[in-house]
Amino acid sequence: MNAVDTDLELDATWRDPPGWRGFFAAVNHKTISLRFMVTTFGFFIAGGLLALAMRVQLAQPGSTLIGAHAYNQLFTMHGTTMMFLFAVPVMQAIAIYLVPLMIGARSVAFPRMNAFAFWIFLFGGVMLYVAYFFDAASDAGWFAYVPLSSFQYSPGKGVDFWAQMITFTEVSGLMEAIVLITTILKMRAPGMTLNRMPLFVWGVLVTSVMVLFALPAVVLASTALITDRLVDTRFYSPAHGGDVLLWQHLFWFFGHPEVYLIFIPPLGFISTIVATFARRPIVGYRTMVLCLIATGFLAFGLWVHHMFATDLPALGKIFFTAASLLIAVPTAVQIFCWIATLWSGRLWFRTPLLFVLGFFAILVLGGLTGLMLASVPLDLQVHDTYFVVAHLHYVLLGGAVFPLFGAFYYWFPKFTGRMLGETLGRWQFGLFFISFNVAFFPMHVLGLYGMPRRVYTYPQDAGWSNMNLMASIGALGIAISVLLFIINVWRSWRGGALAGNDPWRGGTLEWSMASPPPAANFPVVPVVHSLFPLWQPGGKPSHVTGLSTRYREVLITSVANAELDHRLWLPASSPWPFLAAVATTILFIGSIFSPWAVVWAALPVAVACTAWFWPEKDMTQQRSDSEQAP
Amino acid sequence: MLDRSITTPVQDALHPGGVQAAHILQLWNGTLALCLMVFILVVGACLLALWRAPKGGAQAAPDLAGLEPATGARDARLMRVVIWCSVLAAAGLLVLLLGTIQAARALAQLPALDALQIELTGHDWWWEAHYRDPLTGQQFATANELHLPVGRAAIVTMRTTDVIHSLWIPNLHGKLDLIPGRITEIRLRADRAGLFRGQCAEFCGLQHTMMALDVVAEPPASYAAWATRQQAGALAAVGNLAQRGRAVFQERQCAACHAIAGTKATATIGPDLTHLARRRMIAAGMLPNTRGFLAGWIVDAPSIKPGVGMPAIHMPPDDLQALLAYLETLK
Repeated sequence: MNAVDTDLELDATWRDPPGWRGFFAAVNHKTISLRFMVTTFGFFIAGGLLALAMRVQLAQPGSTLIGAHAYNQLFTMHGTTMMFLFAVPVMQAIAIYLVPLMIGARSVAFPRMNAFAFWIFLFGGVMLYVAYFFDAASDAGWFAYVPLSSFQYSPGKGVDFWAQMITFTEVSGLMEAIVLITTILKMRAPGMTLNRMPLFVWGVLVTSVMVLFALPAVVLASTALITDRLVDTRFYSPAHGGDVLLWQHLFWFFGHPEVYLIFIPPLGFISTIVATFARRPIVGYRTMVLCLIATGFLAFGLWVHHMFATDLPALGKIFFTAASLLIAVPTAVQIFCWIATLWSGRLWFRTPLLFVLGFFAILVLGGLTGLMLASVPLDLQVHDTYFVVAHLHYVLLGGAVFPLFGAFYYWFPKFTGRMLGETLGRWQFGLFFISFNVAFFPMHVLGLYGMPRRVYTYPQDAGWSNMNLMASIGALGIAISVLLFIINVWRSWRGGALAGNDPWRGGTLEWSMASPPPAANFPVVPVVHSLFPLWQPGGKPSHVTGLSTRYREVLITSVANAELDHRLWLPASSPWPFLAAVATTILFIGSIFSPWAVVWAALPVAVACTAWFWPEKDMTQQRSDSEQAP
Repeated sequence: MLDRSITTPVQDALHPGGVQAAHILQLWNGTLALCLMVFILVVGACLLALWRAPKGGAQAAPDLAGLEPATGARDARLMRVVIWCSVLAAAGLLVLLLGTIQAARALAQLPALDALQIELTGHDWWWEAHYRDPLTGQQFATANELHLPVGRAAIVTMRTTDVIHSLWIPNLHGKLDLIPGRITEIRLRADRAGLFRGQCAEFCGLQHTMMALDVVAEPPASYAAWATRQQAGALAAVGNLAQRGRAVFQERQCAACHAIAGTKATATIGPDLTHLARRRMIAAGMLPNTRGFLAGWIVDAPSIKPGVGMPAIHMPPDDLQALLAYLETLK
């Protein structure tokens, strides 16, 4: 069999089946990831439109365009969408695409679970918006503090839909974390020791481990909320021995690490983009890795700084001030390393690098206001004011969305085979950078001048009108810049310049194959000899031979040194993950209306899962035939 | 008496009216200076790096010297700079931490000997206040406003009857939550006269936006006069119209929820109205206390502030005029 035939057979083996049935049976990580990205981007647009509506309402004092109820729903939906349906999952979605390509794998681990995680996420998000359109959205805030979110103060189904959306997204997030951790630790190409793992992959690994510890806290919190509301369990009822601060502890034990779930993958984008466009490896690779890990640990010790206005003891609060200040150190070290890299590099100014440079200015400012919020006395003044709104948008938009756009410009050629327009990209960056600062910088001042968050209007004589108008104009600018991005993607899709394998002359493995990548990613699985295999080619042996092209066979390697361990056949495409997700959705939504749904809807879930894992006779036979004694 | 020249309240953290806010502002100024310096240094270093690094990376072969120990001397030099910058950053953080500890200690050490005792209760969406003065023995209730004698501390003990609220009077102090099942305590002291606006700072539901209160800081003599008047109960209704108004108040739903000290109305569901006419605002800081707004509020509060506990009250125009005339006598 010649090479072309081998490639064709490999492609046929790894390709998802065609047609609408194939659509629902797809498990290829790239297909799932693209769907995931498009879905999260859709939620980003939806959340952005909600924000625009809020800015229209706040553009002038005493406005009556949007009433209290609708406004409270708007900021609840905006926060929920951006945090749960956009920022965390979009990072996982991109990781699902890039991690196998960067580590020389043909797939992610557990491809069916990966597909299930996507469907369950999609259904959860769609449920929330369907409820919103039927005016059954929560208006208790994205943080849903009890007792405001209890049945007594939030009757109706809004909070139930909100809490159940948490269940959907957390199930999805935890599964994706398991997929990513397993992929990274066990499926790296031979030779890719932990020392040679790209910084982005390190970021994804740290993030995914954090997910395993952070998400169970909010699962616990929201489940207790659901049972309080549904079957009167009274976890949060002080009159019956419950505690309202319990919710805040659990929610922020998840909520603060969540910020870093959003922030750490972009650190990986930045390290990748800076290296490519400074034409050199990042200064201090091991330092960078240790900083990522340190951030992952410290992120779990900060949650109380969201609760400084409660009656916790003063000494305990100061401890959390110290911890919150401490986490600035690893971030600062990384920023210094990037500056050192730029300092000693040969710079190539392209749109991805521009977004990263925008990140520097905005994130440093957001980080510094974060230090202010870490200080108990300062926080007591600015907590729950527009100062915090400014801060969190500086760190989340500046720290995550700027690098995210940079990453899209950088990897879009790999995803689609076509370049995004450079001129339009620069316009988008310029408009985004300016509008962002116009929109959010005045909010710092508004907070100091006494404007609380989550107010649907403000008095004329408060002196807040001009800055609010400015913020609203900035928000409009951001919307236009996102529109430019959409136009850019659309134009590129219809006929952008062809990218070739490696338009940026990058050093990591994802640039070694065609763009978009073939179904099996790597025609031959590479053997890795360097941190930047494409910049230091020529190591021997160059690739692995002997892997089956007839089955979805992958290599499993050891955790630390990526030494060959064994071969594994990954499962074929299957509609059962989709059907299991449908059954699970019925269970979750049913349980909003009746606790008995947990009982009767468990049956279809069990059936779907059984069918999912049902072994096929042929496959079992072929599997045992292929086994060889060592 | 309230100084009538001050009619526009202030609500900001940058113009302290008391020692607590002054401590925080001092910390703010120091922190801002330090952070500004760091911002300029970091962004400056970044711009300098961009300016001095050679351009034209499009054609440049990757520079891999840093990957090998033998050729990594330049990177080792760069790392030393990174380490020193990090040490400097850590030192800056330590300064911030020490500043925080110092400010937190100062905040905790407000002398409260002979302090005024105020019990403040948060409701959806208004504030109920009960004064107890250990020096004069005065005890009285008011709502949606606090008066503080300049220079004398007040211990405010807070509870809530429903959800979490947060008291925030930025010109006097940072915020503190009112938490179901707990009693929280904050110490305030105004050190200059002024009209300060406070607002609920923890999202508390539909009308969170409309849950404000006035804080009148006044010289001790004016405060004493105010407190004496509060203590005295309502003035007797004088004149036919006002007397008829008082009857309307008793016979309509009003008395079912509101108290007016010295009359038969003693309910505590809604705000105490004993000295309503002396307040600057009604509806928890939402509307100016004028005859027109008061009339509108009585007739149809739910359409002005949806979700409010006060129902729409339908009454003949004559009754309404009498009621308004009576309420205006409650000075």
